Amino acid sequence: MSYFSDIYNGIKTLLTGMSVTGKYFLHSQKGAITQQYPDNRETLKMFDRFRGEVVMPHDENNEHRCTGCQKCELACPNGTIEIIWDRQVDPETGKKKKMIEKHIYHLGMCTMCGLCIEACPTDAIKWAQNFENSVYDRTTLTRVLNKPGSKLMPGVED
Amino acid sequence: MNLSLSITKNIHDWLFNMMPETAASLVEMTIIALVYLAVFAVTGLFLVLLERKVAAWFQLRLGPNRVGYHGIFQTIADALKLVSKELTGTVNADKFLYNLAPYFVIITALMALAVLPFSAEFQAFDINIGIFFLIAISSIGVIGILLAGWSSNNKYALIGAMRSGVQTISYELSVGLSLLTVIMITGTLQLSEIVEVQRNGWLIVQGHIPAIFAFMIYMIAGTAETNRAPFDLVEAESELGAGFHTEYSGMKFAYFFLAEFINMFLIASIATTIFFGAWLSPFGITESLPWLGVFWFLGKTLVLVFLMMWFRWTFPRLRIDQLLTLEWKYLLPLNLMNIVLMAIIVWLNLTIQF
Amino acid sequence: METSTVNNNFKSDEYFINMGPQHPATHGVLRLLLTIDGETIKKVEPDLGYIHRSIEKMCERDSYQQIVHLTDRMDYLSSNINNEAVCLAVENALQIEVPDRVKVIRTIIGELTRIASHNLWWGVMGMDVGALTTYFYAFRDREMINDIFEETCGARLTMNYNIPGGLMFDIHPNFIKRVKEFITHFKTKLPEYDTLLTNNVIFQKRMRGVGILSKEDAISYGASGPVGRGSGYSCDVRKTNPYSALDKVTFNEALRTEGDSFARYEVRIQEMWESISIVEQLIDNIPEGDYKVETNAVIKLPKGEFYQKVETARGEFGVYIISTGTKNPYRLKFRSPGFSNLSLLNHIAVGGKIGDLVASMATLDLVIPDIDR
Repeated sequence: MSYFSDIYNGIKTLLTGMSVTGKYFLHSQKGAITQQYPDNRETLKMFDRFRGEVVMPHDENNEHRCTGCQKCELACPNGTIEIIWDRQVDPETGKKKKMIEKHIYHLGMCTMCGLCIEACPTDAIKWAQNFENSVYDRTTLTRVLNKPGSKLMPGVED
Repeated sequence: MNLSLSITKNIHDWLFNMMPETAASLVEMTIIALVYLAVFAVTGLFLVLLERKVAAWFQLRLGPNRVGYHGIFQTIADALKLVSKELTGTVNADKFLYNLAPYFVIITALMALAVLPFSAEFQAFDINIGIFFLIAISSIGVIGILLAGWSSNNKYALIGAMRSGVQTISYELSVGLSLLTVIMITGTLQLSEIVEVQRNGWLIVQGHIPAIFAFMIYMIAGTAETNRAPFDLVEAESELGAGFHTEYSGMKFAYFFLAEFINMFLIASIATTIFFGAWLSPFGITESLPWLGVFWFLGKTLVLVFLMMWFRWTFPRLRIDQLLTLEWKYLLPLNLMNIVLMAIIVWLNLTIQF
Repeated sequence: METSTVNNNFKSDEYFINMGPQHPATHGVLRLLLTIDGETIKKVEPDLGYIHRSIEKMCERDSYQQIVHLTDRMDYLSSNINNEAVCLAVENALQIEVPDRVKVIRTIIGELTRIASHNLWWGVMGMDVGALTTYFYAFRDREMINDIFEETCGARLTMNYNIPGGLMFDIHPNFIKRVKEFITHFKTKLPEYDTLLTNNVIFQKRMRGVGILSKEDAISYGASGPVGRGSGYSCDVRKTNPYSALDKVTFNEALRTEGDSFARYEVRIQEMWESISIVEQLIDNIPEGDYKVETNAVIKLPKGEFYQKVETARGEFGVYIISTGTKNPYRLKFRSPGFSNLSLLNHIAVGGKIGDLVASMATLDLVIPDIDR
């Protein structure tokens, strides 16, 4: 007799399982969680803290806040950041000072760990939110973060 | 529909007037074969798309919706892709058998399509052993799978083919016996006669309890016959590559793929014919428009096809020994008990007639 | 290695099959050499090393803050708990006491990571045995957890949110609200998971009595985590050596005694319920305070050897640091739970069928980068 009760119980569990998927089938239009990606670029908004790419913000006078202290270069685990600096005569005070010439950032090697942004004492670099970074030519992934002709914002070193 | 009857009659008369008799019959047969090939192709295309969309809706996502309006032309794009693929054959494969195997499955599927009563006049081949012919044809399909596995010279393909052969041969018994249960009410094997008997109510209503059991057993065994989940150990993607059609690519793979869907359609249409009154409407509501019969048939078949897809996307897979236990220890005894029950009911005239 | 395995397995009547590195069922790049006889398995040999990235060697040249981001990538499904292990090891060695706020937030995020990992395991388990829709249902719920992490930490999978001394920045103001929404949503979904897969008669027939592991074997092979607890070996690190805020919460340890695949499955489902109850106990009472303690910019551990173990979703994960007083460790070793769990595969799979091997391997829940480091 347990033969028949086994069959009956088995079929009952199968039918309740089918009811779960059946319920999702009926609600499929509302419940579909697919986002149709390339079509929804205008409305797509990432979170504020999303780690896309490291950028150096410049204000309207083309000035940035990077003093060339190299703390980000030391904090980076795999050498993604290279700073090219030079000791030059500062035009305002007349003394020799470390000034940054190029802040090179290899996007292809970056692991998005965030240690450089934590280490920076002047908040010169921050996260941007773009994630579509694929390119056809790998050498364009080596970015120079400070724009040509820009200089240090006054008052940052204090 | 009177229009179609007159079309076929006109073509028949015109051909027989134009050429000598044997040539005319040959031309007529070729035309019918071409029509059925077209039906086969369109059905295959439609079913593949339906499977993908239904699967997507079960899984909370949208199916293909880029190619054409809501993805209608997706299967045509797939077919074009498959046609343009390179036909890689293995070096040590048995060339003749390797090329022959897909044709077995396609030809048996086409032959079985010919006897289905789509409508009162739309049936190509109405022989008096209809059901027997259908069951016999589906047994030939196994040869194609075994040949494919063997001639690929590939361990995985061989394991898959052996498993499939065992499975199909076992479940044919259940299919045959469950159909036999219902034939006891009709007393004839000819498909058009079976549909005529169902004018007094569909056979699943006429033979109430044993017919419902027979239908349930038939659906389970039919799903196993076509190697679909939950019995798809043969093509278990997570276990051993892709089963018996690992070594096939391009159009030959498309043959196996299409044949699986057509087999599913066949199982569903046989169930529609036998259990649900092929082209008859329930309670005879549209008897005055006989050309609606095709739509009733397709509608009922599609409901059963949807049921088989629902099984696929809900249940996990059975292991090979559990599969065989299910058949020989559960389905077969239940089938035999059911036949006895149905015999008693027919003898005592307890069937429900309208 | 190559010639010895081929010669040993290649006897005249045995049939040798490679479940190769690219395979849908092996959860990563793992090569299994199987010797089968018909449908029954006679020997299983795993072949590792396909994703070895020499993480332990890289840790020897990195400073202690930089090691944390490498542990993210080992067992990527419980990345936060791995980070916590290294940070706790460094903090205990330096003997600094982190604020209570940090401990509670670390525990909450750790338990959410555990729920996310078990969710993915459930989805993939269903897919391995053939029910293909469970994958999508599991990912729908996991997306909510990923959104919580993205809003607070900035990344969805490799978070790098803990640093030695605390957290990198404070939690987002929406964190508490989102976690509460997630808990309410998920509590209605777990019974559905049961209806769909656990109670299914086909699933039970595939899992009961398959891949049996006795308690003595579990202890002698070093199994930990749900694999050990499914055989009755009570090895939850959260109970034996509690860390962070785990001594302030009450929860039950999920234990079963049968030792078959279904017991391991049930242990993980029960662990999801327990994690939900831990998060519920902590989410309303996050203490105020700092989110980190200032350490030196260059951390130097005192001379000696330090070990810290935590409970990840796979089992007991340990960090062993040998330091000679400089700013890089002299040697750092990770005790990965997957390595010991994988060694049992030969023991539980022999005598069963290939379908049983796939089901048992799914319940072992291996993540191959964790094994190969």
